[in-house]
Parts: sequence; C-alpha cells; structure tokens
Amino acid sequence: MKNLWHFFIRFNAVIWFLLFFIFALILVIRNNEYQKSYFINSSNEIVGSFYKELNYWKGYLALDKVNQELVEENALLHKKLAQYNLLDTTSVSKDIIQVDSLDSARYLFIPAKIANNSIKQKNNYITLSKGRKHGIQEGMGVISSTGIVGFVLKTSPNFSTVQSLLHTDTRVSVTIDSLGVFGSLVWGDNQSSNHAYIREVPSHVLVNKGQKVFTSGFSTFPEGIQVGIIEEVEKSQEDSFLRIKIKLSNDFATLARVYVVEDLKEDEQQELEELQNNG
Amino acid sequence: MGKKVIINILRLIILVLLQAGLFKNIGYYNIASPYPYILFLLLLPIGISNFTLYLIAFAYGLIIDAFYDSIGLHAAACICLMAFRIFFHNITLDVEFKKSFITPSITQLGFKWFISYIAIGTFIHHLALFLIEAFSFKNILYTLMGSLISSVFSILVILLITLLTYRKKSYVNG
Repeated sequence: MKNLWHFFIRFNAVIWFLLFFIFALILVIRNNEYQKSYFINSSNEIVGSFYKELNYWKGYLALDKVNQELVEENALLHKKLAQYNLLDTTSVSKDIIQVDSLDSARYLFIPAKIANNSIKQKNNYITLSKGRKHGIQEGMGVISSTGIVGFVLKTSPNFSTVQSLLHTDTRVSVTIDSLGVFGSLVWGDNQSSNHAYIREVPSHVLVNKGQKVFTSGFSTFPEGIQVGIIEEVEKSQEDSFLRIKIKLSNDFATLARVYVVEDLKEDEQQELEELQNNG
Repeated sequence: MGKKVIINILRLIILVLLQAGLFKNIGYYNIASPYPYILFLLLLPIGISNFTLYLIAFAYGLIIDAFYDSIGLHAAACICLMAFRIFFHNITLDVEFKKSFITPSITQLGFKWFISYIAIGTFIHHLALFLIEAFSFKNILYTLMGSLISSVFSILVILLITLLTYRKKSYVNG
C-alpha cells in the first residue's frame, strides 16, 4: 500500500495527465459531430471489413451456386439476343419481322458444366455434366461465352459427350467479318489448342490479318458468334483456296462452363431439306 | 501572492479575449492559425501542484473551446501542454526554483531557457490540437505541416507579446 502511494506520488504528473486527457478526449468525441461520425465510421470500418472478409471466404462455399445462377442468367440473355439478331433488318428480309415475336426465339441455351475436358489428344472430347434429362440432344452445338466449343456427340440421361472443335472431323461454317464469304473451320492436325484453320475461302478474296471470324449460322450454331481472329493468310500452291490460320477466341484449356444450343427450328429445316433431296 | 493571482486572472481574461476576438480571425484556413492563448498556461507560477496545473489547463482549454465550439479539443491540447510543462520544469529547474512562486520569464531564467520552453511547448500543444482535430493519421503530412506552420506563427506572436510586456527588473518578482 505504501509502495502504491509512493508510486502514485512519483508518477502523479503522468497519471493526472492520462485522466485529464482521456476525459478531454471523451468530451471531444461525445460532442463534436465530426469526431463522432468518424468514430462511428471507424468502428463501422472494423465491423465492415470483418464482414467483408467473412463474406469473401463464405463466397467460396456458395461459388458453385452463384456461378450456376450467373450462367443461367447468361443463357437467358443469349436467348434474348438471338431473338434480336433474328430481327436484324440487315440480315433478314423485312417481311420476316411481321412474324410473331413469340415464335422468333429460335435458339435456347442450356447451361452446362464441363465434367471432363481434353485438349492434348488428336481427337478431343468434352464431357458435360448434363444430359438428356436436361434437354440435350445429339447434334446440338456447344458454345462458351467466348466462342464455340463443339457438337454434342452422344448423350446419356445425365451426361453428354461433346466432340470438341479440337477434333479432326469437326467442321464449322464460318464467315469472315464484313467480307460475306463462307469457309469451314477445321482444327485439322493442328498441335496447338489455340489455333485452327479456315478452308474453302477462295483465293481472290482479300483477307487481312486481324479480321474477326464469326459463325455463319449454317451449322447448328447461331449466327454471329465470334470464333477467333485471323493470324496468318497464305495462298495455297495446290488449289485456288486460301490457307487461313486463326487464333481461337476460346481458351480450351481453361474452359469450365458452356452453353448447349438448342435449335428449335432445326427439325423443320431438316425436314424441308430432306424433302428436296428426296424429290 | 494575492497580486500574482490577480495578475494571472487578468492575463487569462486578456488572452482569452485576444484569442477569441482577434487571433481566431487571423490565419490562413487551417494551415496557419495562431493560438497564443497558451501563454497563460506557460506563464503560470512555478511551484503549483500538478493536479492544480492540470485542472487549470483543463478549465482554460474548455473556456477556449467554448469560443471555438469544439468542446474538449483545446482542453485535451492544453492537458498535453501542461504535461510538457511539468516534465520540462522537472528536468531543467533547480529545487529552490520549484519551491518559489515565480513566473517563468526571460528575466528570471534567461532567454535560451525561455525560448526553448515557449517553442517546444507551443509545438506540442499545436501538434496535439491538430492531431485531435483531424482525428486520424490520414493526411498526416498535411496535419504535421499545419501544426508546424501554426507553431511558428504562434511562437512569433507569443514572443511579440513577451517583448511588449518585457520589463528589465520586474517589480512583482516576475
């Protein structure tokens, strides 16, 4: 007790200072609007950053669900966009606009997740974790948000196999930006998963490096999906076609989510075409 | 003794009025504003007990706060200044000075002592004032610069006041 008293006498300057200073600070904080708000803000900042951090980690748990929702939303947007594309006056003659807009949704986009993917084989296949149950049928096109992926080859109730664009037999009809020429996109025996070739473009067409390549709409893919950018143009010695090398806009190595394109009028078109072939 | 109290009370009133009426309106925004009112605290007689000093500083700061509408701000800064004063007196003054009731002045303690006492005290007060006012370490350079420039301003004003009231040999012992 005596020591405590001595201590207090020895350091009374410091102790009184602390007491008075804290009291003054309390007055400042209690009465000054700015300091008050700042105090509240900073405490909110602490709480806020805590919650932000917590949500950041919690977000990983819900990532799958959120991604799923986003992909589904995207599919809806794609569907709407396809409607608008169909009504584009530059590509479609005017009398088609009179068609009821309810009928004009030609494409449906079914979001799907990639279960298995290969890019290093000569013929690559992709497995999707959605199948017949979800409305996927053989022959449907598969696209991603950045480009085209391939065709559905086989389906089971819950899974489907996709013949990747990186497959020697895959051919996709494409057009080159603003030129109006058609060619077919093949991967061929290419060794890179980022490049492909366009065949059957006549050599008189002026094709430049850097031009964009889109789907033509003749395959099962909707019109106007970007496929890639032209990287090299060579004139072939053997025939009268250009040898065009393009860089694919899709990165097959990191592909995770895709959309399966359902062409609602494919049957009708096929029926008509078969009728002509038979007749 | 009674005379000393009256002189200090007069000094308090004059400095508060000067501060509130004149120096509050002088200055360049928040960067250079003089607070020479602290001269009262610096010139309190030596030998007052620590608790009384803090109490006076606190009350005096609150009076200034009343004029500045900043309850507690100047009080806190004055408490800091008083802590400095006690510390500085402890390490620089002889025991017989501590017992006497003289006013710290150039005449009594020399110009060098007085100028360092005023300068450091003013700077500490202003630093505390600006930091508590800003209430953050954001823009710390701006705050430091403001307190430094204001300190120079205040020190000049305080020295001016000291020179104006300077007497070769004080008749009231300081």
